Amino acid sequence: MRQRVRPIAVGVVAVAAIGAAAAVGVMNGNREPESKGTPASLRLLTEQQYLNTVMYVFGPNVKPTANFAAVPRIDGLLNSGTAVAGITDTQLEIYQKTAGKVAAEIVREESRGYLVPCSPAATNAADPECARTFLSQVGPLLYRRPVPPERLDALIDEANEAAASLKDFYQGLSVAIEGLLLSPSVLLVAEHSEPDPERPGEQRLDAYSLATRLSLFLWNAAPDAQLLKAAESGELHTRRGLERQVDRMLASPRLETGLRALFDDMFAFEQFATLAKDNLIYPIFSGETAVDAREQTLRTVVDHLVTRRKDYRDLFTTRQTFMSPSLAPIYQVPAPGPGWEPFEFPADSPRAGLLTQVSFLALHSHPGRSSATMRGKALREVFLCQDVPKPPPNVDFSAIQNPDPNIKTARERVNFHLQDPGCAGCHRITDPMGLTMEAFDGSGGFRQTENDAPIDTSGNLDGVEFTDAAGLGEALRDNPQLPWCMVRRAFAYGTGTPSAENDRRVLEYLSERFEADGYVLPDLLREIALSRAFSKVYTRRERVIHPLPDLKSAQRPSQLTVATEPASTAPQTLTSR
Amino acid sequence: MKAKKLSRRRMLRGMLGGTAVAVGLPLLDCFLNDNATALADGRPMPVRFGTWFWGLGATNGIFVPQKTGTSYDIPEQLAPVARVREHVNLITNLTAFRDGEPNLCHYSGWVIGRTGAAPKSGGQRPGETIDITIANQIGRTTRFRTLTAAATGDFRNTVSYETPNAPNPPEISPMDFYARLFGADFQDPNSPEFKPNPRLMARRSVLSGVMGEIKSLEKSVSASDRERLDQYFSGLRHLEHQFDQQLTRPEPIAACRAPPKLSSDLPMGGEADMVKVRHRMMTELMVMAVACDQTRVFNMSYSNAQANTTRAGFDKPHHTTTHEEPIDGTLGYQPHCAWFAHRAIEEWAYFVEAFTKIREGDGTLLDNVLIYANTDHGDARIHSLDKMVAFTAGRGGGRVKTGLHVDAEATGVSRVGYTMLRTMGVEVPTWGSKSNMTSSPLSEILV
Repeated sequence: MRQRVRPIAVGVVAVAAIGAAAAVGVMNGNREPESKGTPASLRLLTEQQYLNTVMYVFGPNVKPTANFAAVPRIDGLLNSGTAVAGITDTQLEIYQKTAGKVAAEIVREESRGYLVPCSPAATNAADPECARTFLSQVGPLLYRRPVPPERLDALIDEANEAAASLKDFYQGLSVAIEGLLLSPSVLLVAEHSEPDPERPGEQRLDAYSLATRLSLFLWNAAPDAQLLKAAESGELHTRRGLERQVDRMLASPRLETGLRALFDDMFAFEQFATLAKDNLIYPIFSGETAVDAREQTLRTVVDHLVTRRKDYRDLFTTRQTFMSPSLAPIYQVPAPGPGWEPFEFPADSPRAGLLTQVSFLALHSHPGRSSATMRGKALREVFLCQDVPKPPPNVDFSAIQNPDPNIKTARERVNFHLQDPGCAGCHRITDPMGLTMEAFDGSGGFRQTENDAPIDTSGNLDGVEFTDAAGLGEALRDNPQLPWCMVRRAFAYGTGTPSAENDRRVLEYLSERFEADGYVLPDLLREIALSRAFSKVYTRRERVIHPLPDLKSAQRPSQLTVATEPASTAPQTLTSR
Repeated sequence: MKAKKLSRRRMLRGMLGGTAVAVGLPLLDCFLNDNATALADGRPMPVRFGTWFWGLGATNGIFVPQKTGTSYDIPEQLAPVARVREHVNLITNLTAFRDGEPNLCHYSGWVIGRTGAAPKSGGQRPGETIDITIANQIGRTTRFRTLTAAATGDFRNTVSYETPNAPNPPEISPMDFYARLFGADFQDPNSPEFKPNPRLMARRSVLSGVMGEIKSLEKSVSASDRERLDQYFSGLRHLEHQFDQQLTRPEPIAACRAPPKLSSDLPMGGEADMVKVRHRMMTELMVMAVACDQTRVFNMSYSNAQANTTRAGFDKPHHTTTHEEPIDGTLGYQPHCAWFAHRAIEEWAYFVEAFTKIREGDGTLLDNVLIYANTDHGDARIHSLDKMVAFTAGRGGGRVKTGLHVDAEATGVSRVGYTMLRTMGVEVPTWGSKSNMTSSPLSEILV
């Protein structure tokens, strides 16, 4: 069992929640600062959340191919993009097709026996009772709250009518399932707020919205029946009840799924969907390599953070990982297998930590060669939450001398940028650590030379110098921005809001807690889930902008463009043109 | 409610009473009127609009002809276009005006070309793009209001936006594109049998309940979220429309022949030979989707802005090459870059040619289509927004002249877009904002 050392002040918070109202507003270093909370948002359920949910509700055989549309990445997370992403006709077609596949799988002759909890009186006619039994059981699990009675009745009617006209109970039921799965209550996560009875004038998420926020955060799926029950009974709005549920969720095997989703998003692993390497230059790197590279990192992360409950920062120095037959040739190690096996790089290996895994190295490279700049930029943006400016827009590339064809290494190549003051500013941010990773080619393979010239892997990160990639991993591990960034991302991910909108004092408090807990990630997730800022909400102020005279289709419902405030912090929100 | 008019479709429906009856219908030009300029029921042939996109422009030194007008010369990189020159117009020397906004590399240029306005930042997504403006005018009767495909294999590469937050996701897999167009839900307009699927009727009936749910949700959300709910609602209407179409016997269309089923897909990646194959497969599907009147507005991208197309065995993708390849002293340009640009122009010619291979009326499908092709930069090496090039293809139902090279004399690229809008019947006095605002179409190409 895990040991947890908690300062006494946390106990005080619990007492305060029970009724010692005098403690409210008292600030000290160990208490969560007052904040306005986070905005209640309207998000699109992601494809993975949808798939996980239907799998948990209907069983592992229900796994349709979906292909939901891409959402914008905001402030480092796709999850934050779901709060602004629009919905196109094409997306509705995809929702409809996916719903059709799920419904067909449920009523298939082979699966209906165990997925539908009752048998109709006759299979060629409507059976309102059986339809009700089924729909009232799955409805709340998909809606993530009780289905309004009139809506449930309407769905049952639809099932009955369709069963009667098609002369098939199960076909009728599948039509109602499609209707259920097309519901905005399923596909959108609309957070509802209510007045907080313990804090007059403040708003909190209603219990079902809180349950959904928690389960999407920790499980990347809709709440299970037990969590919904805790919402219904009011348990979730008590400190003790919330703790009970959060601890139960953290102990569940579903946590692994949730954690994988968090890191898949934070590490921008959706890019694996389009990753391909030039197969003349990197003949070993196949489609399977890409799939396994992603899996290797996620396995490493889950094993390190959940199974072993180790320090988050050590992910960047650990030599422990997992190996698969298709990765072994790139790592130049004996193939394990078949399948995955735990693996530890020897102490003299150039591989240590996530930066030296194929996933990072290959993802942030060109198809036919490595890129010091892309890797340096990704290191800063993904792990340190820093923004590397784009190349200056008005740069005059003709000012850079015509490239010299005799150049051999990346260090010489990017050296051009450092001669031009317009380029040097940003390239100094990315290149000194990016060049260290030049020890690995564009597919992630280790090398000592490039075009027969030896590679100089010395570099520095924010003033810390090193001579190789293992040294870079150490420097990153000890960089104070590293755990701070993890806190920022985890909080933004959990609340579905860009971190630029989040209260810095709350993030600082959570960072202190993270440090005190020894950088154990599940403990950080617990702190976030239990924080007041997680469940306290406010309504975003909206300002109406009158756009410049501009061509708009006549069918556009409104001539006003609405922007959320502050628009500047969320680059993807609507702004007037 | 819909106006009830006595069309051929209604006649056939009435006669057959919606049951499955095999009727030997001749499928050829007897469905056209005597001089083959209109459908048999008197409606004119629909005029369709499309766009084509490629990144990083052309190698102007070996691309821009010396002469303008009809008898222009064909420099080396323009060579593929010679095959289709009577069907296209080449417009050179166009400018995208920044109006004091930054030159957002690989972004400002194409956004201005498709919206008429310069974006302020890379985070500011385009508003409604030109294809959507036109689709909202002419695309509401077909199964798809618009179709968007990309040969890049990347689901994020789109040049079509409904609103800044609602990009139209592109089709990237020929197999999925086939399934969407010609899979189980496709109604062959020339099929002698028509049997509406009773399950569709039931499916359609659940949509109104879902719409009711949106209405009740709208009361509790903010104004910007209400706009997204409106999009959801229109999406449901779109599904309803699609079901209605499937429940209605389609008019025969002589040119429509569903292509053979695609059952395997291409590997990932942006390698030029692969992109070419993917582009051609997608093109065949798109052309037939237009011929079968599944959509009247379409977008195809050969490469993305800042093209990351690669050449097998060559370490630099197209974009990287533009910045790192030395200019060849003898040739006067970057040879690898020119190789990539040449491949793009070759595919443009292929795209245009594909529309000429379908007979429609007394001409080809292309005669009733208008296509606008644009790019992101004039000279990609220096990210220039002047000396940009664009193409149009097709006669737009006789409204556009073709076979011309027009020197735009450094005027705005938005003039091409404005010309497209006017030709497609979007009656606006001006298009674009600030310096990109124009009321001056390319009169050279207008009939």
